Amino acid sequence: MNRFLPFEWIAAIRFLREGQAQTALIIIGVAVGVGVIVFMSALLAGLQNNFSNRVLSTQAQVTVLPPKDAARPLRGKGPTLEVSAIQKPPQRLRSIDQWQNIRAELVANPDVLVAAPLATGSAFAIRGTASKAISLTGIEPETYFRIVTVPQKMVAGTTRLTTQDILIGTELANDLGVGIGEKLRVSAATGTSQTLTVTGIFDLGNKSANQRVTYVALRTAQSVLDLTGGVSSLEVNVTDMYAAEAFAQAMRGLHDLEVDSWIKTNEQFFQAIRTQTIANLSIRFFVGLSVALGIASVLVVSVVQRSREIGILRAMGASRRQILRVFLTQGAVVGLSGSVFGSALGAGFVLLWRWFARNPDGTPFFVVPLQPALFLTAAVLATLTGILAALVPALRAARLDPVVAIRG
Amino acid sequence: MAEPRSVLRLEGVRKSFGIGTDVETEVLHGIDLVLQQGEFCALIGPSGSGKSTLLNIVGLLDRPTSGRLLIEEQDTTMMDDEALTALRGKYIGFVFQYHHLISAFTALENVMMPMLVGKGFPDSDMRDRAASLLDQVGLGKFMNNMANNMSGGQQQRVAIARALAMQPSLVLADEPTGNLDTRSADSVFELMRETNRSTGASVLLITHNLDLAQRADRIIEVIDGQIVAKGTAA
Repeated sequence: MNRFLPFEWIAAIRFLREGQAQTALIIIGVAVGVGVIVFMSALLAGLQNNFSNRVLSTQAQVTVLPPKDAARPLRGKGPTLEVSAIQKPPQRLRSIDQWQNIRAELVANPDVLVAAPLATGSAFAIRGTASKAISLTGIEPETYFRIVTVPQKMVAGTTRLTTQDILIGTELANDLGVGIGEKLRVSAATGTSQTLTVTGIFDLGNKSANQRVTYVALRTAQSVLDLTGGVSSLEVNVTDMYAAEAFAQAMRGLHDLEVDSWIKTNEQFFQAIRTQTIANLSIRFFVGLSVALGIASVLVVSVVQRSREIGILRAMGASRRQILRVFLTQGAVVGLSGSVFGSALGAGFVLLWRWFARNPDGTPFFVVPLQPALFLTAAVLATLTGILAALVPALRAARLDPVVAIRG
Repeated sequence: MAEPRSVLRLEGVRKSFGIGTDVETEVLHGIDLVLQQGEFCALIGPSGSGKSTLLNIVGLLDRPTSGRLLIEEQDTTMMDDEALTALRGKYIGFVFQYHHLISAFTALENVMMPMLVGKGFPDSDMRDRAASLLDQVGLGKFMNNMANNMSGGQQQRVAIARALAMQPSLVLADEPTGNLDTRSADSVFELMRETNRSTGASVLLITHNLDLAQRADRIIEVIDGQIVAKGTAA
């Protein structure tokens, strides 16, 4: 008997130890439940991280655009319109008005990590007789590369971008037959064209993107696209990427601008993630419920089996609260022990997943993280579940009439 | 010479079961009883006469329907469950017919249990006191045996040691010898008599064995929920 433990702990641990088989079975039950929850949580976290990384490695979290051109119908002297049909105007490439001020405002916002100006438009890349439609993206490398990690995607050359340089994708390089140091001509629909040197070739991991996306210095794009001094968008990353939509909504309220978040532009994906999260939560809830019912049923049986001993303890001066705590402690001990084994089991499942779930080239499908916080949460939740599950049997034990209990 | 202090006093205690139903039954009909400090009293009577109900009320495990019950001159009528439990733990020790030890604990731990429940005892004091009590009941060698590995007579001795752990002023015994052979029964009774003399604790003992009852200071006979005879043993 441990001198440092109070009566409730000593009785709880002895009762559990005496019912070895029952205790072992319920701890195994809790461990399996916790193991499944730990594994599923880690898997979902890995899946979400993987997608977020893939999406956000090629796009900003928030994009600020100029307002769309809207038709302004003529009105007569009265309130009635003079036209019966309004045709939507075509959207032309234009700059964000006062973009430097807006950028300064963004940079001053503590929620903003980086704000990069972009001048983007359609153009043709021409080399000899070959020409390809491209998206010409003028950037400030020092800010833009903090949003899209182009340097990590380079397969040849460097990311140097003077006003005479261009970075192109692997597919475009193949299509035009150009390599590092070779020249190609970029021509916009406005008729402006400029000859640039290929300083780097990148792979964005997407064939279409590698065919179309090109990067030039901001000043070069402004010149080719006829956007002198202007930018077509401001790309922004915020401190909490999942708060991007809230940030975009706040921006929309402050300025007459189009503001899109990555959450909005990837709506379908987020719908899928939400569905998956709900499914995962449901599974976790029902697994937790099963575990709780398992603990409760074992403790109910224990209360019935030990009713005479409970009566004796009451006769010896044990209060109802002490009896209550004996059984709550048993629930907590079962929950905590189960969570320790369950965490190990969950970690084992994750290691197995990492071992088996691989691409043909041996790289993992995606990284499934094993974070200490997950195990800590599992331990706390399992212990609380154990205590809650023990509440009904513990109350039943505490309410036992000692006379009836002793009589058996 | 100072008059002995009363450890237990019952005044007009009545107990009914099934109150408010068609089968309401009164099993104790106005019991008056006083037990003095150090008195050894045998409670006899046929089965169903209300002896155990009376003992449960005296032991604060059950409440009377009416009447007053005083333990160590403290009126228990208005006490709540917590207060009754505290009073029970402090002043009353129980010995039951079926010894009722806690099987998950050793003999020593069973004797320590009331002290552990009551709190406030240093660990070494608890151990020393429990070991000393087990020595007194002749089980010093068996103190580390698990309770369920002991014979009936041994278990009843452990139960007596446990009942004395808190140095109670009143020990209640519900047929402590009823489940033992004659030799063990005699030995257990003598042990209780001896502890009564050595500790000064009052004892109220239910028994069907008239030979044993004759060895008490006083015999109280209960028939149909009433005390019909009080007298000193022959």
